[in-house]
This record gives sequence, structure tokens and C-alpha cells, in this order.
Amino acid sequence: MNTPIETDVAIIGAGPIGLFAVFELGLLDLKCHLIDILDRPGGQCTELYPEKPIYDIPGLPIVTGQELTDRLLEQAKPFKPTFHLSQMASALTKLDDGRWKLTTDAGAEIIAPVVVVAAGGGSFVPKRPPIAGIEAYEGKSVHYAVRKMEAFRGKNVLIAGGGDSALDWTINLAPVAAKLTLVHHRDGFRAAQHSVNQMRELAAHGKINFEVASVKALHGSDGQLLAVTLANAEKKEWEHACDTFIPFFGLTIKLGPIADFGLNLTENLIAVDTAKFESTTPGIFAIGDINTYSGKLKLILSGFHEAALMAQAAFHIVRPNEKLRFQYTTSSSSLQKKLGVA
Amino acid sequence: MKIVGTDRKGVTREVEGRDGWSVMEILRDAGFDIAAECGGACACATCHVYVTDGWFEKLPPRSDAELDMLDMALAVEPNSRLSCQITCGPELDGIAVTVAPE
Repeated sequence: MNTPIETDVAIIGAGPIGLFAVFELGLLDLKCHLIDILDRPGGQCTELYPEKPIYDIPGLPIVTGQELTDRLLEQAKPFKPTFHLSQMASALTKLDDGRWKLTTDAGAEIIAPVVVVAAGGGSFVPKRPPIAGIEAYEGKSVHYAVRKMEAFRGKNVLIAGGGDSALDWTINLAPVAAKLTLVHHRDGFRAAQHSVNQMRELAAHGKINFEVASVKALHGSDGQLLAVTLANAEKKEWEHACDTFIPFFGLTIKLGPIADFGLNLTENLIAVDTAKFESTTPGIFAIGDINTYSGKLKLILSGFHEAALMAQAAFHIVRPNEKLRFQYTTSSSSLQKKLGVA
Repeated sequence: MKIVGTDRKGVTREVEGRDGWSVMEILRDAGFDIAAECGGACACATCHVYVTDGWFEKLPPRSDAELDMLDMALAVEPNSRLSCQITCGPELDGIAVTVAPE
């Protein structure tokens, strides 16, 4: 277990709203730690649509998801936020001194008087194919990621999917696995063309098998896979022996452990007031797509507004004995010093 | 125009479509369990539906972008579509779609 980190504000989610919250809190001298399950900041903007243009950010007539993230990171940089990436906020507990302890699934502990949930729709998690009983095999013979290639040495591996992960791991695991089969529902791929070419080359030389089919059923016992039922577009079905199945269908968003934080949820959204964007649990704020209130619009610009008001309220919790001086970045030399421009 | 939608529980109901809206928007607003995580940008595959009863052939063909995105959908069938890529219009009056499993 790591030593707990003490800070002013712990933010769950490093998407656009979490990043702008760092800026707004930073102007008020509040330090932030951010937790995100993805391996880089940006949330949906970088995971779902890094190259797609966004047209409704005030002052930026056109900006892609990646560009917006880069600009928000630049804007937050003077405040030196600490990122805890590739980990999920897994538990929230109240300490005797009134502060909160946020624990991640990687064992990090962050202690802060204020927690800001800026988690969008929740956590990005691998899509689980809708195959009956698949849960029983997960972690033992069904995996959604490759952490150590050696774990697949000598295995009879089945990979499903047509994106970059499916193709990359087909290529990388081919020399490690005893036998490797890629199944995809069509003879066409979303993945990069050079990966597709490489895969076809391996198949032509008998190093892997490629089947245009879908996995319909799993067969095995005690979590150990023995075979799967494959089916093609003509509904012809056959059995395929394998001891390891790795489906790669990308990520989807699930609320995850936030559901168990004891917060007041309405249809998986956190109910907040519109003056502070605080949940009904004092000290826990929710901003961006994760919150709900009368008139809520799920727009990035709404989240920015929510972050600014949240920061004002958070200040009074973190620094109860200090007076908050309202200032503008255009005219305040102290704000400009914080931003590193004065 | 009408859309005959079947949800993941197998419950079928008819909802009113609007010309120019996507089938995803109509189903989502009508309370069908469609995540549509990317908001209709053909970037997430969470509005996956099966187009049934001969309607599939009547639709404009799937774009390369939609076919690519369907690679990230689960349980893809020959009649799979992303409902954000189907635009409502009078020619689709009565179209029947089933929300794919997640």
C-alpha cells in the first residue's frame, strides 16, 4: 500500500471538465489530483472522437477532441495537477477529521476535504460480448486485455474483433501461442491497413487462422474454456477447440464503483444544486455529464460553467477561515503570477 | 412516419419518427435503452440495431465509416446498422428495428 496523498481536491475523471476544474480551482490556489481509468487525459474527447470536430466550444469555432484536450492541459499546466492514470476510483470513505479518502484499484489513496466527480458517463471498460455464461470464464480463460504475453505461451488462442487491438495482438501473439485463430464478422477491418496486410500474410503462411464468423457459445468447465461455437453469416455453426478467448470490441462506459459511493443518484446521475454543483453529500461535488439538475444540458460548455461555480464553493470548504477574493485574470496581477504570465 | 422498435427485453412498441432525425435520436428520446455514447458521431457503436422485416434492403447502404464502426459492435449480424446513421423519412414509414444486445 502506498502512502496516502494529502491534497486540496481529488477529481475523478480527467476529461475536459475535470481538466478545466483544475484551472478554476488553481486560480483559487487549490491543488488537485486527478484519477482516470484511461491511460491519458481527455476522457470521451480523446477516447471516442479525437479526430472529430467540435463546433460549440465558445471562442473556438472548430476544434477536435484531441485539440481541445491539449488546450485544456496547457491551460491547467501552471497549476501542476497530478494525474493517476489507468486506474479506477474504487472507494470513497469519510475520515474522522471530516476529509474524504478516495482509493483507486491500483492502491493509491488520496485524502482531500473536497472530492469532485467529473466522471462523464462513468468508467471506460472493455465491451463484454453477449455470450451466455461468459462471466464464469473471465480472468481464467477469457481476457479483455493482454498484460503479459508470456501468459499466452503455448495456448490455443482465439481472438475476436476487427479493430487495431484485435489485429495487433493477433500479430504479436502469433509466435507465442501454440495456435491462434482470429474471428471477425466480416472480411474487412477497421484496423490500420499495414496490420491487416501483416495478418493476411501470417494467415497465408499458416501461422494463424482467420475465420469470418462470430462466437455464439462457450464450452468448458470451472472457468476453463475447451471450445467455442462459431457461426457464419449463413447461420452455419461449428465447434472450434481453444483454451483462451480474447474478445477485442473496444470500450464502453459503465458507471462502475461510483454507484456504491453512497451518493444520491437519479438514473445513474448525481443530483446536485445549481449554485455550487454539490451533491447532497457535503464536500462531494459533481460536474459535467455525470450530474443532473433541472434544465441540465449535456454540453461541454455547461460543464465549464459548473466547474467555475464548484471551485468557489470548494474554496470555502478547503479554506474555511479565508476570505475569497473575486478577481479577473485580465486585471489581477496575483492571478497572472499564478498563471506564470506576470 | 412510424418506427416499430423492439427493446432488449423483447417489448415492441410503435414510436413517432421525425423526418430528418436519426432513428437513434427517436429511439433514445422515446426511452429505449440506447447509450449512444458518442452522441451520433458514428464513433462508438452503442446505438447498434438489427433492421428487420425486409427493411434492411430498403436503406441506403452502410458507409465505410459505419462498417468500420460496426467492427466495435457486439453480436453483429448481416442486418446490423448503427441507428445514428439511419435518417427518418416518409420512405421509412413502418421501419422495424430491434436494439442489439450490449
